[in-house]
Amino acid sequence: MGKHNTPMLDELEKGPWPSFVSDIKQQVEKGKQALKEAPDDLLGVLELSYEDKVTHWKHGGIVGVFGYGGGIIGRYCDQPQQFPGVAHFHTVRVNQPASKYYTTEFLRGLCDLWEKYGSGLTNMHGSTGDIILLGTVTDNLEPLFYDMTHELNQDLGGSGSNLRTPACCLGLSRCQFSCYDTQEACYQFTMEYQDELHRPAFPYKFKFKFDGCPNGCVASIARADMSVIGTWRDNIRIDQEAVKAYVGGELLPNAGAHSSRDWGSFDIQKEVINLCPSQCMCYDGNKLEINDKECVRCMHCLNVMPRALRIGEDRGASILFGAKAPILEGAQMSTLTVPFMRMEPPFEELKELIEKVWDWWMEEGKNRERLGELIQRESFQKFLEICELEADPRMVDEPRSNPYIFWKEAEVEGGWTRDINEYRKKHQR
Amino acid sequence: MPYDPSDPLKDRITDIGPRYYEEFLPPVIKNNKGKWLYHEILEPGVLVHVSETGDEVYTVRTGGCRLMSIEHIREICEIADKHCDGYLRFTTRNNIEFMVDSKAKVKPLLDDLKSRKFEKGSFKFPIGGTGAGITNIVHTQGWVHCHTPAIDASGIVKAVMDGLFDEFGSMRMPAPVRVSLACCLNMCGAVHCSDIAILGIHRKPPMIDHEWIDKLCELPLAIAACPTAAIKPAKTASGLKSLEVNADRCMFCGNCYTMCAAMPLADEEGSGVAILLGGKLSNRISKPKFSKVIVPFIPNQPPRWEDTVNTIKRIVDVYAKDAQKYERVGDWAERIGWERFFEKCDLPFTHHLIDDYRFAYTTWRQSTQFKY
Repeated sequence: MGKHNTPMLDELEKGPWPSFVSDIKQQVEKGKQALKEAPDDLLGVLELSYEDKVTHWKHGGIVGVFGYGGGIIGRYCDQPQQFPGVAHFHTVRVNQPASKYYTTEFLRGLCDLWEKYGSGLTNMHGSTGDIILLGTVTDNLEPLFYDMTHELNQDLGGSGSNLRTPACCLGLSRCQFSCYDTQEACYQFTMEYQDELHRPAFPYKFKFKFDGCPNGCVASIARADMSVIGTWRDNIRIDQEAVKAYVGGELLPNAGAHSSRDWGSFDIQKEVINLCPSQCMCYDGNKLEINDKECVRCMHCLNVMPRALRIGEDRGASILFGAKAPILEGAQMSTLTVPFMRMEPPFEELKELIEKVWDWWMEEGKNRERLGELIQRESFQKFLEICELEADPRMVDEPRSNPYIFWKEAEVEGGWTRDINEYRKKHQR
Repeated sequence: MPYDPSDPLKDRITDIGPRYYEEFLPPVIKNNKGKWLYHEILEPGVLVHVSETGDEVYTVRTGGCRLMSIEHIREICEIADKHCDGYLRFTTRNNIEFMVDSKAKVKPLLDDLKSRKFEKGSFKFPIGGTGAGITNIVHTQGWVHCHTPAIDASGIVKAVMDGLFDEFGSMRMPAPVRVSLACCLNMCGAVHCSDIAILGIHRKPPMIDHEWIDKLCELPLAIAACPTAAIKPAKTASGLKSLEVNADRCMFCGNCYTMCAAMPLADEEGSGVAILLGGKLSNRISKPKFSKVIVPFIPNQPPRWEDTVNTIKRIVDVYAKDAQKYERVGDWAERIGWERFFEKCDLPFTHHLIDDYRFAYTTWRQSTQFKY
């Protein structure tokens, strides 16, 4: 029994889905965390919010570890007398390993560390991908960081106006669709840009996310300032016997993803051919044909018949820029900027590109202006110029419908300097 | 050498980044990386991936709470040690995946996971979250740990997932349904491309703490933070430098409060839930698209948010019955037409749902094609 009465939170112990309230209570009862009262007082302050229907957390102050400008977020309770265990309750962001695979040895080490210095509560994981250690006091930050780096060989993640912790899908490690090694790319970009990650020098946050294919499991197109999405340039590989096995009902379509409901027998015409967005497939009852030149690689046919169809072999990634949530100018998705780029370590071409983009954004971006907003404010043409890329119809859904073209003087024969007196010789006033 | 508080920079290690992922890959994953041929979902929550080497890895996916105690993580470790040679992974949607390298190891793992419950009866490790079902909700901090939320996060997620629990453990939807929650417009959870998004919004303009604002904030930064230029300098009757807000121009984004702690806007009655619908991230069949606001406001109803849960359940039921196979929620709404969507889901359409911000015109209908 904890020290606070929490009748409303207790209602969240009911029902089948895992109860975070039950979990915090088990930490209250069994936990040996340094901030002894923290889980109990967190339940107390949360119950108060349930009564008041507003938060009881204040703006963070400037806290951190020496030499870093990110990784720790200051957090203070606005009722510290009532809930002393969470009066100071700073968040520690820990850079997760690529694709979030763990050994139990590492996770136990992390639990021991957090037991020694914190509340015993975490987020596995935060929205950007970090391991979040939820709640400690300023005095514990330096010793925590020392032990984390020395004993776990592990660093903090990003926060504030810096490179946020990059994230990736599980890529080649356990997926047949991945067009490049998302884990290696994520790791190498994280290591290359440690300075940008730990020491804020940007106008605002900047995110990298690495998706292995256009299915987009790590949501890069919606969530990353630079979205790297795997793709290919040659032909989808077809196993005609396996296609027939799907048609004949010997293989389970969709890898079994729809199997809790009877959708009737598999109909390749209706479920694959007719749904192809570029109408580039046909099946004559014997042979599946794909006009790969017209394919837009939406992944549908591969998702439906994974044992018959495989991604092409000339692989790389599409590079898109500018996604962000609504604050401030409205939500944006990333815009296709480089249709195809090879993605082999050490990824020099992409590193050169991102450094050009950062130089421009750091020079021209206003305080708290995301890259996507700067591109809108300055124009996509300007963005292509600083990327040293030529315009390509693949970059737009359609050409502009207004004719207000910002011609450059150099593009216009004879330039813009004209003589009004010469004009008047032919045209009376 | 342990940390020496009298010399904090001694032996300092920085800029080492995360651990190299390869250290954490289970042997069957490491040996077959890049060699996977195909996968199959054997039952909800259980996948097999087959490699060209003939190796197989069986994955059991279980729901998890993003807010997790170290006691719980240690229990996860105990399970992974017992069944999975000490390896596991987490997914981007807060699920936990236990992997084994032979089919014989699957059943004991499933039995073990199903047997584990919290004291009050909720499952610790519900199995599911695969295929054409409803997987775990990605979400933000809410009242547990954030200063700008309009709603709680963990509590609403718990209530909604209780309501959708059967769908987590089955695959009977027309297509995958991704539900996400962000507790304010900052959207650290970026829910703007979700099939169903639960979003915290405010409806009252910020209050001004006149006594303190000039001491706590850079006033020009707060003025510049407003996207509609609704904030201007002002002086109080007693001559203090302060700000004033043109309430008619406020769209309640909260950006000023992010910049200035003396302008709080969260409110018991003013803040609550908006529901957005029809977004997607995948390029499958149709292009990625934004979610659209379909319910402008539902009051906060702790502890179980009944109206939010019931609205989502109703929409999911209508979608499951009405949509065609492979049709994501947004594709379905576009095919039947938004007027029909509101009718079928029994949702009122009010003026709040017509865009009046940037690019609003692009969402208005310039056509005589509509449905009665």
